[in-house]
Amino acid sequence: MTQASLGESVVQKEIHAAQNNGVSANITHTQPLWLLAEVTYRCPLHCAFCYNPTDYDKYTQNELTTAQWIDALRDARKLGAIQLGISGGEPLLRDDIEDIVIEAKRLGYYSNLITSGVGLTEKRIKAFKEGGLDHIQLSMHDITEEINNFITNTKTFELKKKVAAMIKDHGYPMVLNVVMHRYNIGHIKEILEMAEALGADYIELANTQYYGWSLVNRNQLMPLKEQVDHAEAVTNAFRANPNNKMKIFFVVPDYFSDRPKKCMNGWGEIFMIVTANGDVLPCHSARVLPNMQFPNVREKGLEWAWKDSPAFNKYRGDSWMKEPCRSCSEKENDLGGCRCQAFLLSGDAEAADPVCSKSPHHHLIEKAIEDSKNPVLTAQPIVFRNDKNSKRVIAGELNDRLDEFHALP
Amino acid sequence: MMEIEIQHSDVYALALHHRFQWEEAQQSYVILFPEGMVKLHGGAGEVIKRLDAKVTVADVITDLKTAFPDADGIEADIIGMFELGLNKGWLRKI
Ligand code: SF4
Ligand code: SF4
Repeated sequence: MTQASLGESVVQKEIHAAQNNGVSANITHTQPLWLLAEVTYRCPLHCAFCYNPTDYDKYTQNELTTAQWIDALRDARKLGAIQLGISGGEPLLRDDIEDIVIEAKRLGYYSNLITSGVGLTEKRIKAFKEGGLDHIQLSMHDITEEINNFITNTKTFELKKKVAAMIKDHGYPMVLNVVMHRYNIGHIKEILEMAEALGADYIELANTQYYGWSLVNRNQLMPLKEQVDHAEAVTNAFRANPNNKMKIFFVVPDYFSDRPKKCMNGWGEIFMIVTANGDVLPCHSARVLPNMQFPNVREKGLEWAWKDSPAFNKYRGDSWMKEPCRSCSEKENDLGGCRCQAFLLSGDAEAADPVCSKSPHHHLIEKAIEDSKNPVLTAQPIVFRNDKNSKRVIAGELNDRLDEFHALP
Repeated sequence: MMEIEIQHSDVYALALHHRFQWEEAQQSYVILFPEGMVKLHGGAGEVIKRLDAKVTVADVITDLKTAFPDADGIEADIIGMFELGLNKGWLRKI
């Protein structure tokens, strides 16, 4: 589903009150407070920035059944999970979301449906409300039909506005997620005004992070530093206006900062993701990492996955770190950044996140920023996220676009 | 941050779309809302637990003083909790 749709940024701000555990290597007192259920990788949209895996086509044939999802919900709740994100792909392509919602309510989750809006009908939203779904997060793309339809590679502009109204009509808080990139970042003021006019309660402006399809399309999507600064200034001015009621979360793009993000608030700290085929991951893109065997709910269950699986313990705490992170005075702030980004860009999963200016690989970020201004590279066509392109990725037909990365993003 | 004065006659309730519940796994009360949650320390949970959109701040203070007769300076803490809750958007004024 869309970027930062878990509200990582937000949870990082709010959750520290809820979490105060020193995690030493391989011993965890952590709890998976957030369970993200990526119930399907199928999606009617084809977003250029989608951060589902580029080889997702492998995982569309073996989705968990309703009963398996319900077991996973129950087991995660026992481990302490409270916030449930139902995501994808487009979760509404499954017809059992109603059952999942009812079970989530019964178990005491605060549940959130993360959707593109395609497939949300009056009948379904009514069932969700009755079933006890707590909120719905809708992805929006732009104020212009042209950009919306271009970047999602679908004609979905009018539908999204209708769905926004439907969400409001049913008494839900309106939570919008807008992924920011070169094509819409200049419209940020108008996007905020549109959201306010629609009656949004929360809006998340998530600058594109480069995983999955967005990494393949990085040259085409990355805005200029000046555009990001401008967008942030506009956002701050909007926030300062007392007439504007909605809460705005601005997820900063890490490529333009000199310290990495504390990815997922720490590996295996508070997030647990169960993917469509039952793999259990500490972050969306963890499967890119080498020499890792991720647990699957069909095997030993979630408690083992969270507490004892080698994969979840591998990057807990800081004993796995190398220099410069190991002796860095700031390591508690970011835990060395994102393991997937480190591996995808540098080929070393234990390296400092190249975003960090202390990283010996930082030049890779500088090069990426330069490449995004190179007219020859930016003129390459966008590889939209769709089944055909995923099959091409798997068959190795897009290797020229993937050469510089150390795994399939 | 807006300036707020908590009056003893004010009535508060949990903000819309927020949920307050006891979490067994955490042994504490939490407030849940879109995109986040907070874990409440003991005293804060006791305050929020009593809000039903009818009781006044004064009622809450009286009730808590009775329930915890040994707690010194409890009134200031309770007012502080209302201020925090309003500032953070967890509470709304009725
Ligand atoms: S294609 Fe778009 S809507 Fe579908 S999962 Fe990816 S980002 Fe979400
Ligand atoms: S050197 Fe490592 S730990 Fe230190 S700031 Fe950079 S990424 Fe973080």
